[in-house]
Amino acid sequence: MSGEKTVIKKLPEYIDKISEEALSMIDRLTAETGLPIYMDPKTGAPMWLDVRELRLRYTLPVKSIVEFFEALRNGVMKTTKCKECGTIYFPPQIDCPKCRVRNMEWIEVEKEGELVTWTVINTKPLTFSYHNDYVVGIVRMPQGFNILAWVRTTDPRKLAPGAKMRLKIGRREDENYISYWFEPVE
Amino acid sequence: MRKVAIVGVGIAKYGYRSDATLAEIAFEAIKEALDDAKIDARDIDSFVVGNTGVWSSEPLPAVLIGEYAGLVPKNGIRVEAACATGLAATRTAYTMIASGEADIVLVIGVEKMSESTTPQVVELIGRAGNYFWEFENFGMTFPGYYAMYATSYIKRFGVKEEDLCEIAVKNHYYGSMNPKAHFQNRITVEQCMSSRYIAWPLKLFDSSPITDGAAALILASEDKAKEITDSSVWIRGWGYANGTSNLSKRSDYIGLEATRVAAQMLYKKAGVDPSNPAKYFDVANLHDAFTIAELMALSDLGFVKKGEEHLIVREKQTYIGGILPVNLDGGLKAKGHPIGATGVGMLVDLTKQLQQRAEKGRQAPIKRGWALAHNVGGTGHYVFTTILSVDKP
Repeated sequence: MSGEKTVIKKLPEYIDKISEEALSMIDRLTAETGLPIYMDPKTGAPMWLDVRELRLRYTLPVKSIVEFFEALRNGVMKTTKCKECGTIYFPPQIDCPKCRVRNMEWIEVEKEGELVTWTVINTKPLTFSYHNDYVVGIVRMPQGFNILAWVRTTDPRKLAPGAKMRLKIGRREDENYISYWFEPVE
Repeated sequence: MRKVAIVGVGIAKYGYRSDATLAEIAFEAIKEALDDAKIDARDIDSFVVGNTGVWSSEPLPAVLIGEYAGLVPKNGIRVEAACATGLAATRTAYTMIASGEADIVLVIGVEKMSESTTPQVVELIGRAGNYFWEFENFGMTFPGYYAMYATSYIKRFGVKEEDLCEIAVKNHYYGSMNPKAHFQNRITVEQCMSSRYIAWPLKLFDSSPITDGAAALILASEDKAKEITDSSVWIRGWGYANGTSNLSKRSDYIGLEATRVAAQMLYKKAGVDPSNPAKYFDVANLHDAFTIAELMALSDLGFVKKGEEHLIVREKQTYIGGILPVNLDGGLKAKGHPIGATGVGMLVDLTKQLQQRAEKGRQAPIKRGWALAHNVGGTGHYVFTTILSVDKP
């Protein structure tokens, strides 16, 4: 990974390029015609090209479940279990809506589960546009909950409902932050 | 609770509307609805705007439309329930009249999706599941969520990708006779099968398009309806439910629990026998954001046993003349899916069906005079269902 740009960094470059193209078009249009209006190539309709751009990056609080991320850093996955009623929550949450108390213990998630269903994402969202097609699966864990994550496999056609899946934890290929995925148990 | 009637309907041309703003496209539908009811904007007590937004520039669509349509200072609000926004907005307007708070309420569903690029729209709809646990880390897309259900159906019930394509073929067939539809071309199973995968096993032709559009309804109390028209269509009740935010928390992937719960609620209220609901309806609009969604709805709504949906599709039982004609306006697949307008557009078309003013070739024979609408938000995150009838409840 060292020295190589992660896909996280490639994306802003790609977005900047699109943005710069729009800005040059606005410059050209306003210089030549006085207005940022162009003809839609599909319909010929006059369109105002927005001179403002909105970029959004959210910040998400993780204080209540920071133990989940610390466990991942140590190569294990943990989730929450209500000490009052025994309900296990995944994704982890610190409030039990059944007992209306905040009294959770962190339990370790088992390493193997069974594939329930899956898909291959061929048409990707803008912020995933630098990824190759990826397989997303839902895996049933023996502790009675499901986990949705990528399934790393060389041949998605070999996947079948009930197939044994191993939970893997580590740095994401290309993106470098610690996450989790499944691999078929050979 | 007071009875509520639909006394006027209007719908804008669905499609890529580079010629019109959000307010203009909304007014196309509003104007047609006011003309249909032969009333004026000043007769309206309140209005409700169904709009999801985010891809379009105006953050306060209800205020914008209020100004453009000459409704100020009448009160209007925006209602949002993802792709079920249209029926959610209609239900809000319904309760305003049923409760006695208002006599005439205008419902407008509108969406201007083409203000953003396709990759941005794919991004924004993909975020409409659980943001952190399903999008941020795993890049789910809207077709991806429904594809999880399609995989289950294929592996468990022997449904073929061709069966799903049959639904697309039917909806394009009826869309070809609807001048307001986004797509008015007929397609073949072969064309659908050769389209590229967008989220395996779903292909481009299994998917509804990114569409601009608007639809409007005028709802009235019984007294006002009598003054306005002698061909009112009545709303017989509602069924609604929600599903989990995380797809991973669903109990199964062979149907939407929210649809099953909503159907039970609706059938109970309307006195429909849940063991054979098909006999009550002349026509239905089922939420076909993807072909698999229409397939699952057939069993979730009780028309066929789970796992046997594809058999009635193969027998063309969802065409006119079959056990239940479905999506005779072209559905989301061919008519288009302008998110906030979709549910309102379903009721516009079902009203026309019940009043027997749909175009030739796509008009269902109206015998019992009842029609069903089913509108799903997200991937089973919200479900709204309602029954329209010619006879007063």
